Amino acid sequence: MSIRLKTLLTGVVASVAAAGSALAAYPERPITMIVPFAAGGPTDTVARIVGEHMSKTLGQTVVIENVTGAGGTTGITRGAQAAPDGYTIMMGHMGTHGAAPALYPNLKYDPTTDFTPIGLAAGTPIIIVTKKDFAAKDLKEFIAKMKAEGPKLNEGNAGVGSVSHTTCTLLTSQLGIKTARVTYKGTGPMINDLVGGQIDFGCDQIVSVAPQIKAGTIRALAIATPERSPALPDVPTTKEAGMPDYQVSAWNAVFGPKALPADIAAKLNDALVKALDDENTRKRLLDLGGTIADKPGRSQAALQKLVESEVARWTPVLKAAGISAAVNPAGATSGATPPPAAAPAPAAAPAQK
Amino acid sequence: MLEVISNLALGFSVALTPTNLVLCFLGCLIGTLIGVLPGVGPIATIAMLLPITFGLDPIGALIMLSGIYYGAQYGGSTTAILVNIPGEATSVVTTLDGHQMAKNGRAGVALGTAALASFAAGTFATLVVAGLAVPMTGLALKFGPSDRFALMVLGLVFAVVLARGSIIKALAMIVFGVLLSTVGTDGETGEDRLTFGLAQFADGIEFAVIAMGIFGFAEILKNLESPEARDVVRGEIGPLLPSRQDIKDSAGPTARGTLLGSFLGILPGNGAVLAPFASYTLEKRIAKDPSRFGRGAIEGVAGPEAANNAGAQTSFIPLLTLGIPPNAVMALMVGAMTIHGLIPGPQIMTKQPDLFWGLIASMWLGNLMLLVINLPLVGLWVRLLKVPYRLMFPAILLFCCIGIYSIGNKPEDVMLTAAFGFIGYSLLKLGFEPAPLLLGFVLGKLMEENLRQSLSKAGATLLSLFDSPLAASLLGFSALLLLIAVLPSVRKSREEVFQE
Repeated sequence: MSIRLKTLLTGVVASVAAAGSALAAYPERPITMIVPFAAGGPTDTVARIVGEHMSKTLGQTVVIENVTGAGGTTGITRGAQAAPDGYTIMMGHMGTHGAAPALYPNLKYDPTTDFTPIGLAAGTPIIIVTKKDFAAKDLKEFIAKMKAEGPKLNEGNAGVGSVSHTTCTLLTSQLGIKTARVTYKGTGPMINDLVGGQIDFGCDQIVSVAPQIKAGTIRALAIATPERSPALPDVPTTKEAGMPDYQVSAWNAVFGPKALPADIAAKLNDALVKALDDENTRKRLLDLGGTIADKPGRSQAALQKLVESEVARWTPVLKAAGISAAVNPAGATSGATPPPAAAPAPAAAPAQK
Repeated sequence: MLEVISNLALGFSVALTPTNLVLCFLGCLIGTLIGVLPGVGPIATIAMLLPITFGLDPIGALIMLSGIYYGAQYGGSTTAILVNIPGEATSVVTTLDGHQMAKNGRAGVALGTAALASFAAGTFATLVVAGLAVPMTGLALKFGPSDRFALMVLGLVFAVVLARGSIIKALAMIVFGVLLSTVGTDGETGEDRLTFGLAQFADGIEFAVIAMGIFGFAEILKNLESPEARDVVRGEIGPLLPSRQDIKDSAGPTARGTLLGSFLGILPGNGAVLAPFASYTLEKRIAKDPSRFGRGAIEGVAGPEAANNAGAQTSFIPLLTLGIPPNAVMALMVGAMTIHGLIPGPQIMTKQPDLFWGLIASMWLGNLMLLVINLPLVGLWVRLLKVPYRLMFPAILLFCCIGIYSIGNKPEDVMLTAAFGFIGYSLLKLGFEPAPLLLGFVLGKLMEENLRQSLSKAGATLLSLFDSPLAASLLGFSALLLLIAVLPSVRKSREEVFQE
């Protein structure tokens, strides 16, 4: 009874406050977080784990809306054009806010100026993997083999603009070689053929390859982070293994549309930071092999800096490789053919309804 | 063998807990409902229901989500039979004879046959998953890109055989379907193809958009044009359940369909989609009187339905043994597992036997529940056909639109479906069949991917497509089958020419 009364009173107070000042009451209704990739993919998983805890802090549900297509740029375009009232935010990532300007010349947004950065959520490190009986046993042998017979090696990637595609492009451009590139729709079919020995190597996010590495169905050569991952402690870093410049991670970060009021952005950032401090949330992200930014790395300013440096880094690499999507896009829409850039991997369209 | 039994005992001890039973039932019920609603598919539903499963324990969540998936397979055939709308690529074939049976007043028999065949297939496929998961995974991994390409070519040849009327028209439809599948961004170079510069086409066209438009919307246009034929089934409702003779007729096709489906389901790149087509082709080939097909042959419902359900079950194998999802729904299951903190991979079988075997046991229980849900519903569904068409068609249109919108939250998709409705209507008027078009569309994408994968390997030439013995024999078989299909009509037209 008293609880009910209390709820009622809170409700009245809240609506009065809302009438008085919209800002004071924020958030007074559910917040939509656009995930530009299919449900179930790495970005979606991070968004749901983080969003669940943010809901607790904000007192309103963070609803995940998957808007897929064009390597994630469809959803981000929609988010960029939303009203800056704090009720539409989005989970961007390395592809949508780093590689996209180079991949899509007609991109309808500028990652560096069209958003209000809210904060970095998690990174998922990239691992260089080979089929299990590949001749090169470690990164040094691999580099030597790549330099000697690059065009004879089959490199698998999950589609133009996907994480595996852009990060492998970075790898081959740093080595100054070309390989035979075999393109798949999504990470799943690519890993399938890597396990089956149909292709020689690939680069992908830890979350997609870790279970195979642990089971010994594929082999990991190096992880592209400064430190080893607790999820795979036996895999050496690129620094240890002989390619210190190859540092790359598929990061996920929360953005709002441009000109989000500063206090709303601060409130969202605070909810994100609290989520990343929560034991359970941390554990779930770390179990996936994800990395969580330290305190200074979670600020709005740090995210803005990250976006600027990523755009600056990917543009020359991808332009030099001659990869771009003419009108808009890369990749596929819908649940079935997941956006290359995040993709856990589904196969072809037919399973859809 | 003993091991399998003790493992299954473990599985049933997990699946038979009251909570998991309720979850399994809920999943099957939701699956049936969304399967019946045209357009609303398992992908959109599982994605929407994902958040509510957060509070459940992971096994229960997976049991429910899988229930939705195979429940939708059951429900999908209902729509295909009653209103001629294939909800999924796998129920395209069911429309051919299933809807004809409904028109002949045998809707109840068709629905009952579909449910019984699906149940038989589901039971067998559950045993396959339990006993042969590991060796079958090894077999599937041997399929390289060129083998998969050859398999898809064979699938296209099936489409020619499927055709009822003119072979030339069927070929034209297949090519049209393949062309439609090439719309969108080129997977390898990122260039736009056939998009007319429109961003909406950049990601290609959804299967559901074409299927709803060409089958559903076009069918409605056609029905509205002739008022007297409007009611989907006029007059006699006929028997509700298959007779003894019907069951006898469908036993063979069910068994063959189950075997085909069980095998094709494990192939990566959604081989399961081929299963109903393969089964239909096989039945039509071995039938004493192939001309009955397309006019309501019960074999044309039993075989493909069995194949479709068996494929749906065995497509769990790559997910459970390797952690690799073979299709979009399974990819979503991977996501569900990941969110629940279970990262699927090759070790799930040894590290979480309760999950692995519990899920398998729940599959069989789910199939049993689906039979129990579906058989009594047959009467209800059939009565639905008695609803006046002026009430029925707006409802069908509405559900189609909701379903299409739910796929990608894109209004453009709904408009595009309307456009395909007109295309479908024109095709009907001109005597073209839509089924080969849909198969061409579905297989076109897969063929292109696998062909380009084969050809972009180091040192590959067109001839390397024949390098693998499997690919070479599949391609050879396709050529032979095509020849057999085309020759009679060539000869016939020659004769006609001479007669003139």
